[in-house]
Amino acid sequence: MHRTTITQARELLHSKKLSSVQLTEAVFARIDAVEDKVNAFAHLMREKAMEQARAADERIAKGEEHPLLGVPIALKDLICTQGSRTTCASKILDQFVAPYNATVVNRLNAAGAVIVGKTNMDEFAMGSSNENSSHQPANNPWALDRVPGGSSGGSAAAVAAHECIAALGSDTGGSIRQPAGFCGVTGLKPTYGRVSRFGLVAFASSLDQIGPITKSVADAATLMNVIGGKDPQDSTSADVTLPDFTKALHQDVKGMKLGIPKEYFTSGIQPEVEKAVQEGIRTLKSLGMETVEVSLPHLDYAVATYYIIACAEASTNLSRYDGVKYGYRSSKSDNLVNMYENTREEGFGEEVKRRIILGTFVLSSGYYDAYYLKGQQVRTLIKQDFENALEKCDVLAAPVTPYPAFKQGEKLDDPLQMYLADIYTISANLAGIPAMSIPCGFVGEENLPVGLQLMGKHFDESNLIAVGHKFQQTTDFHTKQAPL
Amino acid sequence: MDIEHVAKLARLKLTDAEKEKFSKQMGTIIEYIEKLNELDTKNVEPTAHVLGLNNVFREDAATQPLTDQDPIKDSPAHSKGHYEVPKII
Repeated sequence: MHRTTITQARELLHSKKLSSVQLTEAVFARIDAVEDKVNAFAHLMREKAMEQARAADERIAKGEEHPLLGVPIALKDLICTQGSRTTCASKILDQFVAPYNATVVNRLNAAGAVIVGKTNMDEFAMGSSNENSSHQPANNPWALDRVPGGSSGGSAAAVAAHECIAALGSDTGGSIRQPAGFCGVTGLKPTYGRVSRFGLVAFASSLDQIGPITKSVADAATLMNVIGGKDPQDSTSADVTLPDFTKALHQDVKGMKLGIPKEYFTSGIQPEVEKAVQEGIRTLKSLGMETVEVSLPHLDYAVATYYIIACAEASTNLSRYDGVKYGYRSSKSDNLVNMYENTREEGFGEEVKRRIILGTFVLSSGYYDAYYLKGQQVRTLIKQDFENALEKCDVLAAPVTPYPAFKQGEKLDDPLQMYLADIYTISANLAGIPAMSIPCGFVGEENLPVGLQLMGKHFDESNLIAVGHKFQQTTDFHTKQAPL
Repeated sequence: MDIEHVAKLARLKLTDAEKEKFSKQMGTIIEYIEKLNELDTKNVEPTAHVLGLNNVFREDAATQPLTDQDPIKDSPAHSKGHYEVPKII
């Protein structure tokens, strides 16, 4: 039962072959069976979830219909839930209980979703492996000695291990797509501004977006219908019409133009991964799509640009953790400044401190123009690259990562190598465009999943969903099960 | 990078081991990000926000408060509705 998609669960629930209480119990039984191996969750919300499941069953009995009604969903632990902890996998927020819900949580609640728990992540969403978690790091369900990716590694691992029917993550530089790729599930980073960030604990405000991590593209469309749309509480959420994304599931892709950015296939991609991605592109061609080669000449500068901008924004966003208003406070201080310094030293993990240092440096007097302003200017060039490329095609196809899931500990001592793991995902955030990762093959002796990345124009998630769904109707990579 | 100065600006009290480790790592990272200097950006406008939004206004009307919960209860030290902090001067 726990292996169902949202689409399947909806049929079972609405035809009364299954109750939400039964489905939710099955999901918790699965969690009890595999969670000590996967560590996908930061903490569970068992009692509340069962209450929500009972309420959903009552709504179904009254004849209410909604695609998410009674469906167990997991949330990355930086999405605020009133009355339950939101830790951001950080010691500084370990006991923090938000006084309000994120907008996406209110929207899920209104739709009748059952929230089973909060998923593991890299601290404050900073990381590509889940190893920067204040909890035990999550493991990849396909190979437990490998990372699930990050920073939404817990959400991707929970979906791949069927510890929930679907999950929400957040993506600042690839944090939905990279773990989705590593764990063989579907992940969609919406256009910047498509989904409200209200109640999403901020990392880099001009890049962060919440999005779905699911077992199929169809499920991602269903979740987008619920979480998307303008929110008065987030002034950066865009006032554009929210289409019915499930309509795109019936759209033909014949004659659509698929752009292949050549730079994504030259910079150190593993041959097996490239082969799987090329095979995926051939599949899309066989569905009637035309391919056209395009160029994104500034790809090579994306990681450097990203780390300037993301760290600068993080250093200001994280200045709010001062031991006064909420969160952890160091007990060994005799004056206010001391208290700030000790609290932040004891409360933040190593990677967070590293990024605060880098961000503070690039914004500091004398270095602002050389680094931060320069980064913002190169961001313009990267954005223009995508605008030019997407004039020649409807959707771009590229790899998600240069390699499949790596071993735990492999990149932990070399931050730059860890940053370079995001080379193919980062530029979509800098440009603000929507991007999706779908499973397109398996490589190596351990049969590790590989992701195909689809990117589109601003607010054109529908075309990504159309192409991704057609791909999943023709292939079965997304239905393969992790050996767990 | 003067790591002690930057740490002070960020209100981070680093240990000696962290100072040494971070100094080395920052050297590598900054060397890497300096590759942006290969690009001529003299006439390029900076991008702070991808959608080009400027000021976003709303009606100045009272709405429901965000929460029925008193946020001060989240504070690690509070008394009689006030935040408590150690000595300031």
